[in-house]
Amino acid sequence: MKIACFHLMPYRDLQSDFDKKYNSAWFTLPFEDVADRAMVSKYYNWTLDELIHAAHSGFDGVCTNEHHQNAYGFMVNPNMMGSVLARATRGTDTAIIQMGETAVFLNPPIRVAEEYAMLDSISEGRLVAGFPVGLGGDYAYSYGMAPMEQRGRYREAHDLILKAWKSDKPFAWNGKYYQLPMVNIWPKPSQEPHPPIWVPGNASPSTWDFVIEHDYSYCYLTYFGAKGAKHMVDGYWDKVEEAGKDKNPYRMTYLIPVGVSETDEQAEKEYGPHIEYFYHKLLHMPEQLLLPPGHMTHSSLTHVLTKRPFPAYDEFNDMGFKEFNERDYLVTGSAATVTAKLKEIIKDLNVGHLLLLPQFGSMSHDKAMENISRISEGVLPHLKGIWDDEGWEDKWWPKGQVGVSQTKEEAA
Amino acid sequence: MANLTQKIVPVLGGKLSITVNISGSGPPIFFCHSAGGFYWDDFLENLSKDYTIYAPYFPGTAPGKPDEIEQLEHLWDAVLAYDDAIEGLGLEQPIIMGHSFGGMLAAEIAAHRKKQTRKLILIAPIGLWKEEASYTVANWCALSFPEIKEVLFHDQSCPRVIKRMARPEEGTEEQALWDRDFIWTIGCTAKLIWPIPDKGLCKRIHRISAKSLIIWGENDKLISPSYANDFEQSIADSQVFTLPLCGHEPPLEQTEKLEVAVRNFLSD
Repeated sequence: MKIACFHLMPYRDLQSDFDKKYNSAWFTLPFEDVADRAMVSKYYNWTLDELIHAAHSGFDGVCTNEHHQNAYGFMVNPNMMGSVLARATRGTDTAIIQMGETAVFLNPPIRVAEEYAMLDSISEGRLVAGFPVGLGGDYAYSYGMAPMEQRGRYREAHDLILKAWKSDKPFAWNGKYYQLPMVNIWPKPSQEPHPPIWVPGNASPSTWDFVIEHDYSYCYLTYFGAKGAKHMVDGYWDKVEEAGKDKNPYRMTYLIPVGVSETDEQAEKEYGPHIEYFYHKLLHMPEQLLLPPGHMTHSSLTHVLTKRPFPAYDEFNDMGFKEFNERDYLVTGSAATVTAKLKEIIKDLNVGHLLLLPQFGSMSHDKAMENISRISEGVLPHLKGIWDDEGWEDKWWPKGQVGVSQTKEEAA
Repeated sequence: MANLTQKIVPVLGGKLSITVNISGSGPPIFFCHSAGGFYWDDFLENLSKDYTIYAPYFPGTAPGKPDEIEQLEHLWDAVLAYDDAIEGLGLEQPIIMGHSFGGMLAAEIAAHRKKQTRKLILIAPIGLWKEEASYTVANWCALSFPEIKEVLFHDQSCPRVIKRMARPEEGTEEQALWDRDFIWTIGCTAKLIWPIPDKGLCKRIHRISAKSLIIWGENDKLISPSYANDFEQSIADSQVFTLPLCGHEPPLEQTEKLEVAVRNFLSD
């Protein structure tokens, strides 16, 4: 079992009535109206400190992500964060999980091939290369590209990046979306032929097919709770089985916010306001901003609108800590309670990589650091051995380890 | 309701087929619909008594053919596809008419076909852009359904508006499919004009030689009526007709006045 610390880098101090004044925390929220530049400096440094603390206290990896023009999480270039983390954890076997730099946001997308190769070099082979399709709103509203082209660009960018990593000679790329005369990236990644690839998704069957076809690890990033996730995750495992592949739990990664208290009773007081801030304020967004017309394929759009597999975001406003907790949108309580619940989720969903979110919503730096310590001390030691007796190999974990980074001369 | 027939016309060397709705008799009008999709309204119905309306579904928006949009990558693909369709229909010198997104296509077709366009009618066309009256595709894609109605119409209580925008009952599969078609249609048209519909028409519009009528609702909240003058100044033989008490949808909001203006222009 591998457990990593995930961070969204949210704006932690939005005014309490902000969601009454603005119709979205995303894309259209004016920075100058609601944000304080000095606080933002603190947030970035706190975020790095929290992730480094997690790395040094027992988490197997640290994980960053990319979003734009919002208060929810504005780690606009996760590789800048990942670079700091890679250097700060040098000499450890902490995985640097980039979930990730989004290829379709960049032109040319080989920038991702280059930056991931840099990160893999700096980290001496500890990189996990995340390949997100990218949020539709980020792509269309923030970066101005036609929603209907996003998936086509994603497939092409993926193929181009993989070829750039694997090819031993310069090559020309004449694609539908990208044309490059001489692809010949420097450097190549430290891991050969390339770092392990994880693909985050939100239960889109077309993404499952892509992941299974390429034998990657799928990361189910959902905010609709572990109970609701079961049905979706089973759909993924059915497809894995149909493809004739094993049910290796490391094919699956799952994200969940976690808050550890001294006792179960204290959890609501300690974490209730922060999870409510997360769902009520940071996910305050009209649906059409989340999914611009054309972002989803026709079949996915039909499925989502006729079956409604997820609640609408505005339904979060009618829910509070108790509902979020009951539906396993987050896991809170004493270390023993959290451990038991996470064990249940891990087994139920057949998860090999768990991404925990110990800082969520308005949680302060001190509280986040304390939560990370409590998780590291009281929870992680009881989870790490979960799959050991089944003998699965984690083919999706980076190869770099303490002491094994060496030059070709040393290897000889 | 007119007796609409449909003709499938191969275009782009057979890579795509365009579904064209046809009704009426008389001189041909090739009509390009707006980003909201093809809708046979009273304006087209009335006009079809004396003209033959040829109204293609924009690729991807014809019922049951969503994947056709994959054959269009750029605006130029659409212009040539429509040019092929006009030839395939055997229309030698049709009247070209378009509304909003379709107005931009109509202007591009007329700039391309020059002398092969009898007359040009542009109803609140997109395609030109100026900072002091800026608009983006995101302006309408990021709106909720009630907000779209607010922006599109001067008076939402107009019976034709109510009929056009009638959404099936909340929570039903019919409503889900209605929403699906609405979102998909906007997504298909947005593919060619995202994020700002300024795709070079300003560099080609001077080529339009057909006599042109530019129509705008005085209360258009989606695209500023001030663009009517920009189109008029850019097209040599053109005139502007504005409609009071009218938003972005003259065919629904001022059906009769629009019809009179168009008939007068065509008979002139």
